[in-house]
Amino acid sequence: MTDESTASLHEEHDGYLDHEVALPSDSAAHVASRLDPDAPPVLSVEDLKMYFPLKSGGLVRRTIGHVQAVDGISFQVPKGGSLGLVGESGCGKSTTGRLITRLYKPTGGSMQFEGHDLAKLSNREMKPLRRDVQMIFQDPYTSLNPRHTVGTIVGAPLSVHNVVPKKQILSRVQELLEVVGLNPEHYNRYPNEFSGGQRQRIGIARALTLNPKLLVADEPVSALDVSIQAQVINLLQDLQKEFDIAFLFIAHDLAIVRHFCPEVAVMYLGKIVEIADRDTIYSHSHHPYTQALLSAVPDVKQAALGGRRERIRLEGDVPSPINPPSGCRFRTRCQYAQEICAKVEPPLLQIGKRHKVACHFAGELGAHPATPVTADLLGVDDQGSPSSKVTATPLITGPGYEDEWFDLKSKQLTSA
Amino acid sequence: MFAYVIKRLLSGVVVLFLISMSVFLLFWFGPSEPAQTICDNDTSNRCTPARLEVFRENLGFNNPWYEEYGTFMKGIAVGRDIQFGSTTVFECKAPCLGYSYRTKAPVFEEMKTRMPATFSVAIGGGLLYLALGVPIGVAAARRRGTLADKALVSGFLVISSIPYYLFALLTWLFLTISWEIPLFADTGYFPVTDNPAKWFSGMLLAWCALGAFGCTQYTRYTRGSMVEVLGEDYIRTAKAKGLGANTVVYKHGLRAALVPVITIFGIDFGTLLAGTIFTERIFDIDGIGLWALQAVFQRDLPVVAATALFGAVVLIVANILVDVIYSILDPRVRLS
Amino acid sequence: MTTAPLRPGTSPDLDHDEPLLVVEDLTVRFPTQDGEVAAVQNLSYSVELGKTLGIVGESGSGKSVSSMAVLGLHDERSAKISGSIRIRGREIVGLPENKMRKLRGAEAAMIFQDALAALHPFYKVGDQLAEAYQVHHSSASDRDARRKSIEMLDRVGIPQPDQRINDFPHQFSGGMRQRAMIAMGLINDPSLLIADEPTTALDVTVQAQILDLLQELQREFNSAVIIITHDLGVIAEMADDVLVMYAGRCVEYGTTKEILTHPEMPYTWGLLSSVPDVTASTDARLIPIPGTPPSLLNPPTGCAFHPRCTHRDKVPGDLCFTDMPELSPAKANAAHVKRCHLPDPDAIYQDVVLPEIAPDLVKDNR
Repeated sequence: MTDESTASLHEEHDGYLDHEVALPSDSAAHVASRLDPDAPPVLSVEDLKMYFPLKSGGLVRRTIGHVQAVDGISFQVPKGGSLGLVGESGCGKSTTGRLITRLYKPTGGSMQFEGHDLAKLSNREMKPLRRDVQMIFQDPYTSLNPRHTVGTIVGAPLSVHNVVPKKQILSRVQELLEVVGLNPEHYNRYPNEFSGGQRQRIGIARALTLNPKLLVADEPVSALDVSIQAQVINLLQDLQKEFDIAFLFIAHDLAIVRHFCPEVAVMYLGKIVEIADRDTIYSHSHHPYTQALLSAVPDVKQAALGGRRERIRLEGDVPSPINPPSGCRFRTRCQYAQEICAKVEPPLLQIGKRHKVACHFAGELGAHPATPVTADLLGVDDQGSPSSKVTATPLITGPGYEDEWFDLKSKQLTSA
Repeated sequence: MFAYVIKRLLSGVVVLFLISMSVFLLFWFGPSEPAQTICDNDTSNRCTPARLEVFRENLGFNNPWYEEYGTFMKGIAVGRDIQFGSTTVFECKAPCLGYSYRTKAPVFEEMKTRMPATFSVAIGGGLLYLALGVPIGVAAARRRGTLADKALVSGFLVISSIPYYLFALLTWLFLTISWEIPLFADTGYFPVTDNPAKWFSGMLLAWCALGAFGCTQYTRYTRGSMVEVLGEDYIRTAKAKGLGANTVVYKHGLRAALVPVITIFGIDFGTLLAGTIFTERIFDIDGIGLWALQAVFQRDLPVVAATALFGAVVLIVANILVDVIYSILDPRVRLS
Repeated sequence: MTTAPLRPGTSPDLDHDEPLLVVEDLTVRFPTQDGEVAAVQNLSYSVELGKTLGIVGESGSGKSVSSMAVLGLHDERSAKISGSIRIRGREIVGLPENKMRKLRGAEAAMIFQDALAALHPFYKVGDQLAEAYQVHHSSASDRDARRKSIEMLDRVGIPQPDQRINDFPHQFSGGMRQRAMIAMGLINDPSLLIADEPTTALDVTVQAQILDLLQELQREFNSAVIIITHDLGVIAEMADDVLVMYAGRCVEYGTTKEILTHPEMPYTWGLLSSVPDVTASTDARLIPIPGTPPSLLNPPTGCAFHPRCTHRDKVPGDLCFTDMPELSPAKANAAHVKRCHLPDPDAIYQDVVLPEIAPDLVKDNR
């Protein structure tokens, strides 16, 4: 839509139009976000763990086990960039988001942000940092207090953190409402007077109030109608560019993540199984789970070709995170699994410039190797038993990417 | 579930302990002195300071409060001896809740004689709450939005907004005094073992007053809960299966709608069992409620403490029962 | 597709050659305090045995309301239904409740979106299945019904069905619950199955399992299926025909291949352009549909989509604002109808829309 037609739209038929139509920012077509490989990380997460204790019944409530919701994940979010976190329900992606915003205190690991380790800070030390790390929630119907006006909701962070004098709060709120495409005059309305898409914009305005450096977006569009989802995604893209905000974008919709995030991490049962740039994940993924996940997405284009494309069937359900399978957690549903998968946990190994995968038989779809690629590195034989012939190579498992990586073809460390 | 019940019982004991202590302390440090009352009572209002001192000493009012509280608690556990005035010593067997200052009778024994009256009122009234309230509520929910539903809801709201004591008093005044309906002529408690018919006619008016007043609330609870349940997805599923309207409403709807109603009922029934002061006073039923009322006026400390403890026990047990019933009705609730 | 779907205006012969389900000129209105809401207006479609119709639309477009009317699930007091719905040539609009009841669950069954909410939380899964069986097989004993329930749970791929029938719905996983729901829908071997957003609440891998299962069962039972969804991907994989609904009306209707490759209604373009695709080129643009769906209480004049339409300046005069377009056949294919004033929509789609949303597909289509 051109700006001209937008303007005429607004003049002629104001009665039917929502304020949001008039904003060129979200009616414009958007291409997918691009990766800036040189951006320094704003958040660096290493070996992050969250175990929820499981209490027994009976007279004395003892801890009888742990739900291993997040079990040792490492990743980086580049400054002003976005990392997508995908996986099915129960994989730990939402828990990860809540750990980074410190709604939970992690069981272990570190989260480096602006020179602080968020994992170690007390709630009081955390308070000033909460300004910089904000969250957008999934459900725009329950995450806004129905008894507060939009002005109060959006302005609350300002008064909590004493950022601006009381008198200026209103003007800042109106400015924010305008930024997210709502009518600034509506600051004294209540959330129930807005549609789902508009409520999500209110949630975004609230998250933006304190100029955060990192936004954790937990399924920000999955509760919205399809035609509205694109509006919100485009708005987030605009805001990211304008304010240089880094995103940790948590979603189960692989297509939306692909559009929004130049880098994607795939989680399964509390672990990252594969992390790479967009092209690698969507076109050259090496982990059987990523491949199964992608093949399960229904595809509009199939209609043009007729029929359905061949898909990898995953049988059964995800195992319980209380008592996860030994070794590789995906092995119980993996068609390539062998003895070694039950014995040794595959490390998240860097196999390309920006590509890490945790699989003993990592390979592109249809080209998985017959013998484990990781055996020599781990100092075990092909069945996963300790071997005296080879010695384990110390593995680098930092949150970022190294200049040297393990090449699958030559089984050697190489660099670009 | 067993462990859960045990745990709840243990926490109930703690609550009872706290309640007993509060009641004890309230009277101990309260504005009027129980020893004075007994002294006046026992000496036909010729209580001299010397005599008062004797009563004080024998009743333990000269000892520190915690010592006396200890004696009181020990009495409940193993029994104790109680001395009034200068000579008389009563033996009080466990569970000893003390002797009434007025009647010189063991409180626990007297409580036992009064329980049947209160239980008769409570069981009859409570059954009427449900027997009237639930069907009317279901019928209203099925016709929600119609004129009949609106008339019923607003009519019942008017009744509920009358204070209960006024409602009961008016019932009694009109049915017994003004219209002299013979069926309601003889109110009061008569032991059911002696003459069941007399027991029934004596209780009838109290039941009617309680039931008519309480059912208005249960109609509203049931209607509200039922309207909500009838909007649930699983009701639509039941209809889509081809089930008849009654099966949908009763088997699928009411089962779910009753859960919150039963929860409220458990607490209400506990309150009824603990003694309904207004009902017993107005309809002249010699139950626990009336007894408690009289004891407060007469500063009969042991009786007041006993009725308060009794109420607490009944409510705690009712709460535990509600939770157990809840877990039976709703399989999603696991008591652990 | 061998026979073209029934078009409005063509009068069907009331013989046995009629498709299994024929909906004609269906209108559903709900009187409210603020006025009458026309949730569905002048809707016509048909489904044959063994075929699948996909109905696409956003919330409030009337897609669920119309299919609930097929089962007669609307409260007679609050919904005014006109038009005609025929199953096997039998008119069911105005059918008395006791006759309608015999049809529900037996001839036509429905499975719902959120299986956790749609199954009764207090009854065992097996009992709920058995109930559905016994209501239409009054002579069946409890033991027969139980055996049938186990058989159906086994058929939809629930492991150890003889034990799982004693579980309550909350003890099932999300995918298992939806399977149980499907088993319950199919237990009386209905000829028409309506699936209302059957996979919306599920993860993609589970969604794929359920879609596979539905296709497999449809082949086995040779039933007619209506699948209601907002996901064009699901439509593309499952449906033979597509009906796009907007603001209570059909705005485009035809075979799936035709609609997804040569859509002629700007709303359908919007749906295609506002949903990213896992396989599309990353040069593809995400173009949202501006604004929000209209209120049905106070619908826009003319074409209901015009306030959100970015192509209405290509229509001469004020037609879009004043006249509701009729459903008219597409140039290339008479079996494809659309509700739009644009003179040559296919050309606009190929020249303007497609290059933006799928630059990689432009050559393939021409």
